[in-house]
Amino acid sequence: MDHLVDGDTSPRGLGRRRFLTMLVAAPTLTVATRLLGPDTAAHAGVRVPAVADALDLGDVLILAGAPTSHMLVLEVRDDGTARMQLPRAEVGQGITTAIGMLVAEELDLPLSAVEVRLDDARTELLMNQLTGGSNTIRSVYEPVRSTAALARARLVAAAAQQWGLPAERLSTRNGSVVAPDGRTAAYGTLSAAASRSGLPDVRATPKPESEHRLVGRPTSRVDARAMVTGKQQYTLDLHIPGAMPTVLKRPPTINGTPRSVDASAALKMPGVIDVAVIPTGVAVVAETFGQAMDGRDALRVTWSEGTVDGMSDEDIRRQLRAAAQPFAVPGGLTKTVDGEFDFAFASHAPMETNSAVADVRDDRAEIWAGLKSPVVAKQTIAETIGLPQDKVTVHVVQGGGSFGRRLFFDAALEAAQISKKVRRPVKLMWTRVDDMRHGRARPATHHKIRATLGLGRVLTYEHRVAAVETDFRHGLGEILTAMASQLPVGGNMSFSQTVFHTTVKVPYDFGVVTELLNEVPLRMHTASWRSVYSANTRGAEEILVDEIAAALGKDPVAFRRESLTTARQRAVLDKVAAVGRWGRTMPKGFAQGVGFHDEYKSCTACLVEIDATDPQHPRVTKAVIAADVGRPINPRGLESQLLGGLTDAISTTLRAGLHIRDGLPLEGSYSQFHYARQKDSPRDVQIFVMPANGEPGGAGELGVPAAVGAVANAYARATGIRPRSFPIHFPVDFDPFPR
Amino acid sequence: MPTYTLTVNGEQHTLDLPADMPLLWVLRDKLGVKGPKYGCGIGVCHACTSHLNGEEIRPCITPVHEAAGGEVTTIEGLADGDRLHPVQEAWLEEDVAQCGYCQPGQIMAAVALLKRTKHPTDADIDRIENVCRCGSYFRIREAIKRAAATM
Repeated sequence: MDHLVDGDTSPRGLGRRRFLTMLVAAPTLTVATRLLGPDTAAHAGVRVPAVADALDLGDVLILAGAPTSHMLVLEVRDDGTARMQLPRAEVGQGITTAIGMLVAEELDLPLSAVEVRLDDARTELLMNQLTGGSNTIRSVYEPVRSTAALARARLVAAAAQQWGLPAERLSTRNGSVVAPDGRTAAYGTLSAAASRSGLPDVRATPKPESEHRLVGRPTSRVDARAMVTGKQQYTLDLHIPGAMPTVLKRPPTINGTPRSVDASAALKMPGVIDVAVIPTGVAVVAETFGQAMDGRDALRVTWSEGTVDGMSDEDIRRQLRAAAQPFAVPGGLTKTVDGEFDFAFASHAPMETNSAVADVRDDRAEIWAGLKSPVVAKQTIAETIGLPQDKVTVHVVQGGGSFGRRLFFDAALEAAQISKKVRRPVKLMWTRVDDMRHGRARPATHHKIRATLGLGRVLTYEHRVAAVETDFRHGLGEILTAMASQLPVGGNMSFSQTVFHTTVKVPYDFGVVTELLNEVPLRMHTASWRSVYSANTRGAEEILVDEIAAALGKDPVAFRRESLTTARQRAVLDKVAAVGRWGRTMPKGFAQGVGFHDEYKSCTACLVEIDATDPQHPRVTKAVIAADVGRPINPRGLESQLLGGLTDAISTTLRAGLHIRDGLPLEGSYSQFHYARQKDSPRDVQIFVMPANGEPGGAGELGVPAAVGAVANAYARATGIRPRSFPIHFPVDFDPFPR
Repeated sequence: MPTYTLTVNGEQHTLDLPADMPLLWVLRDKLGVKGPKYGCGIGVCHACTSHLNGEEIRPCITPVHEAAGGEVTTIEGLADGDRLHPVQEAWLEEDVAQCGYCQPGQIMAAVALLKRTKHPTDADIDRIENVCRCGSYFRIREAIKRAAATM
């Protein structure tokens, strides 16, 4: 593997501190070769492999990123610490901790001596700077370890040269190179020598996984202390000189645009500095956010119509039902189990609302925001404000939650447009109402499923999904286009079809299986929502699996067990059934429910208990979750992800959704969009991470679909009501804010 | 504009401010105290939860005139120098935070709860309304119990 080492050969470099900076530049295509090899689809048993078995969306992202996957920057500094620049976004999923662990492991450094920084947008990375598809660990596991192993090898080589010893006889421990005679040299003292080009050709491979001491051990987050002391900085906490608080007045319907603006009253309000009209609304810049909002309220704006004016839930549901493709197997001829399901829109609603800081000048621009696709953000912003890309710097700031939301960079683009107009730096905050009504959402979906039964098993299984279009225009489209020739999905499949077929699969041996997606292209603000199609598609499927089991006179766990096809899958199911004491007697109104899910080379089972003695206010009281992710890097962080998936499932299954009325969501805050609170979450949660048995699979979205199935199934068993429309309890129990 | 004096994390400030300016913006935009977070602006998400004279408040719906002359404690003022408050320690032990954005408010709410009742029951903990969109509620519950046991 070739690599570049940054020395200080130029005279300008004399004055600055010198240390080892690695930029490993050789693309390694072994990942791609292996992924497309013949044995990848072989794990499925009698079940016919689905597309996602052969090549899932994560594989596609890895392939697309492969040409630049080793363009990682790692520094070992003269104070002995290491800094890895990670071209991904941290939004709470704990990747800075997990990546820090990988670096620390390879370098034999304490984790506290490793810093992981989020890279600015790097256009040279092409398609290798997108955080999504549960793909960060999968895509950087090998490159990060290789890069760190090479840095370690150079430090060892430098020590070998100093001591006149062969490098093979040296070892590393706790940030030092150690000689057989006990001499040690701290990395900090070797860093400059290690950066010189006079070293012999250094090669290295990562440690064998059997030697891992830190990786795989439950580890607390590296940023936890900053978070509990209030020191963790999010976008609007940054001190950018001169950047003033800014909010936008937004249209009364989705995608409406300002037609006429009277800002005279607003400009007279205390603290208001300026007003600017941009395509998505009217911005007010002020001394404080409170004053900016007061100024916004004093604006008088008329609006041009939006893209879904007059449209409400009933219209959308009607279109979805009409769009679901017909079944191939007719009903009535054989024994069938049918189910139809509806899911409402769901806001991503991360705690940190959409926000960005922008400083746009005549000849350059600088942007700060939580961004999961910063390269596309940079390209779009540069084009929109009329600057060359190399004059636009986009900093990726750690985000306060995402769940798919920060795949889109709408706040960053708006902030840049506003800054350009008002000719000063601005910090733009979407209010919570903005975020819920004009932010992105998981699209509403309709599902119809039919299973035909015979000989005590499922012979055919058909699932027809109709969904409002999910917007993938955050760079994923480019990736799928570039990878088109290698995708195992035929013909002119659209991006959404490709995502659907590379993520969704029935994990059971259900005979002839077809799953089809049809999208209704309504122009609304949508985006992938943690687990994309799987939460609804697999969630609905898990509900029907219980009903199929009942039709066959089988127990839900026993039926799943006999229908799953791998030992890994059965092991997680067995784990929750045993620990959760599946089948234990429960009082009237209480019940257990179970769900299973397999995606991105990981699998999980979830068992919950529900108290539905008041069917209007059911509460999940207990959850047992087991997950096999192939190779857990940080089991403690993984448990957090599964806990989050559980809470997402409880929320969206029971109470949290958006009502669309006349072209706009009614919900405007957490008092209306009922994401779970402490009182809705179980008091007893047990999560089990299965031991390592292979390569890392994806895990960030894994937890949602199985838990959706488990919660809905528990509710059905406790109440006798088959849930068909989600969230189950979904009244408009509030007075909507004015538009 | 009226003049107000308030103490924030032990430091006294005198400012000219409109009487109805929410304390959240005084803290964040005027004083640069960024621990309390905006999450809703209407007092329903509790991300900005802080203390006024030892009592739990939501600065986004507390006009500055109500805080005048009082002592405001935000998450930044909870630790004693480098020595963390037992609730903060418990949060680290349980590795509660995911994105971390709501956690200053969660911690300040937990501290207030433990002040009201030394050994909160599950029902007491259920009454904490702070939203955690990452869904870390179970770890929050465990951390509160851990803190209660050590305090």
